[in-house]
Amino acid sequence: MNVLLDYLPEFRDGFLGTLAITVSSALLALVLGVLIAGFRVSPIPPLRAFGTAWVTVLRNTPLTLLFLVAFFVVPQILFQGASPFVLATLALGFYTSSFVCEAVRSGINTVPMGQAEAARSLGMTFSQTLRMIVLPQATRTVLPPLSSIFIALTKNSAIAGAFSYSELFNVSKLLNDKGYAIAWIFLWVALAYLIITFTISGLFRLLERRMGVAR
Amino acid sequence: MSGASVLYDVPGPKAKARNRLYTVIGSLAVLGLIAFVVLRLSAKGQLEPEVWNIFNNAGVRTNIRDGVLTTLQVFAVAAVLSLTLGVLLAVARLSDHKPVRWFATGFIELFRAVPLLITIYALWVILLSNRESLGLTESQPQFWALVIGLTVYNGSVQAEVLRAGIDSVPKGQREAAYALGMSKTQVMTTVLIPQAVRAMLPTIISQLVVTLKDTSLGYIITFEELLFTARLMSTNIIVNGNDTYVPVIIVTGTIYVAMCLVLSALANWIEARGRRAKTGIGVTAAGEPVAATDALEVADAAPGGPADQKG
Repeated sequence: MNVLLDYLPEFRDGFLGTLAITVSSALLALVLGVLIAGFRVSPIPPLRAFGTAWVTVLRNTPLTLLFLVAFFVVPQILFQGASPFVLATLALGFYTSSFVCEAVRSGINTVPMGQAEAARSLGMTFSQTLRMIVLPQATRTVLPPLSSIFIALTKNSAIAGAFSYSELFNVSKLLNDKGYAIAWIFLWVALAYLIITFTISGLFRLLERRMGVAR
Repeated sequence: MSGASVLYDVPGPKAKARNRLYTVIGSLAVLGLIAFVVLRLSAKGQLEPEVWNIFNNAGVRTNIRDGVLTTLQVFAVAAVLSLTLGVLLAVARLSDHKPVRWFATGFIELFRAVPLLITIYALWVILLSNRESLGLTESQPQFWALVIGLTVYNGSVQAEVLRAGIDSVPKGQREAAYALGMSKTQVMTTVLIPQAVRAMLPTIISQLVVTLKDTSLGYIITFEELLFTARLMSTNIIVNGNDTYVPVIIVTGTIYVAMCLVLSALANWIEARGRRAKTGIGVTAAGEPVAATDALEVADAAPGGPADQKG
């Protein structure tokens, strides 16, 4: 009990750190994921191949390895001297984008074929069909998997703590080094994560109700 | 992929020319990206032959082999234990006794909600501080922290997968079994679980891929599995005054991707086989739950669930 009260500022900072990295990498993952999903269904073969390679490689790489790449290989190529926040966002965002891409792609597949056919017969181009007809309708089916992807992202962000970005995992490490009982730290940190994950699933439930259509 | 081809017409002569143009531009963009990375790396001296020559060293090879073996060892133990725990928790969560049900639900929800890394770290601290009384030596605290952490997390997820599978078995099966006079245990072990496992096999294997990937968390608690070995090597081996992060990370990454792809391919194969043999209960789509490692989605992926209605 005392751990939380004595170190409330640390817990607050850790909580905000986790929140910040989750939001920034979720945005990156969302943008990249939708873009790559567009690549994967496009009529242009090299883009399709690129999308497939992207998803296959990123989905089968351990996140810890991606963090190593982001922190030790990426600075050799670009972003010299970037902050841990930026590098961690890159690793988490790229990793999660492959899952977002798959969710969006299976969402695209659930849109009735007639919709795309009708759009085509109206003379719409591929990007018009995708942007104006298919993606808006796919949103509805993509939301539930997206919610669990973002919950997983929240939990994955703990790895950033091991790479010198200050968030909740770092807090538990710090307090443990100060000699507090790990069980209490564990419970409070778990609670903090629960707050974030419940907020995410609540938000998405709200969105789903907004987007829901009586069928 | 039926949805994909619906999105655009069969290209006519004009569209063909345009697509060809985009193909060239797209390939150039991808090639340009690769070329840029290669140029930057070679400018930093990371592509010199001497740097890559380290893999001809017998010691480096032995290290990598040992790392792979350790990773596989952790994976094997954790996979067996997590599947066992998964079955136990799934059965407990469906139990008729309230306390058992509550305990299982609480356990599953707690360990699914907490990041695996934090669980593993807490276990590591506990095991390290009780090292003497438990009789653990050298790297054993790390090993068991990793294995137990992977077991409780993946066991919880597998339990939810199995529960979704058991729920997907048609009600008539259970009723018929009871009508034949089978006991609760018999119904569960001889009727429900075999069908649930069959239906959920692709999902279970996809979760095993997650387990395999998560063994790399051992890196953070300084357990000497593949990633930690690689990191240690890349810091220790200095070529031309540089550390050798880039080649070592590229090689290790390839090994990880290859190992995971083999397991994923197994899941896909079983799924394809299950779809061919049309015997009653459908087999879930492989790969879906890996996305989230969250059983909410697994429940959706259950046969007959909304995910099955894909065009």
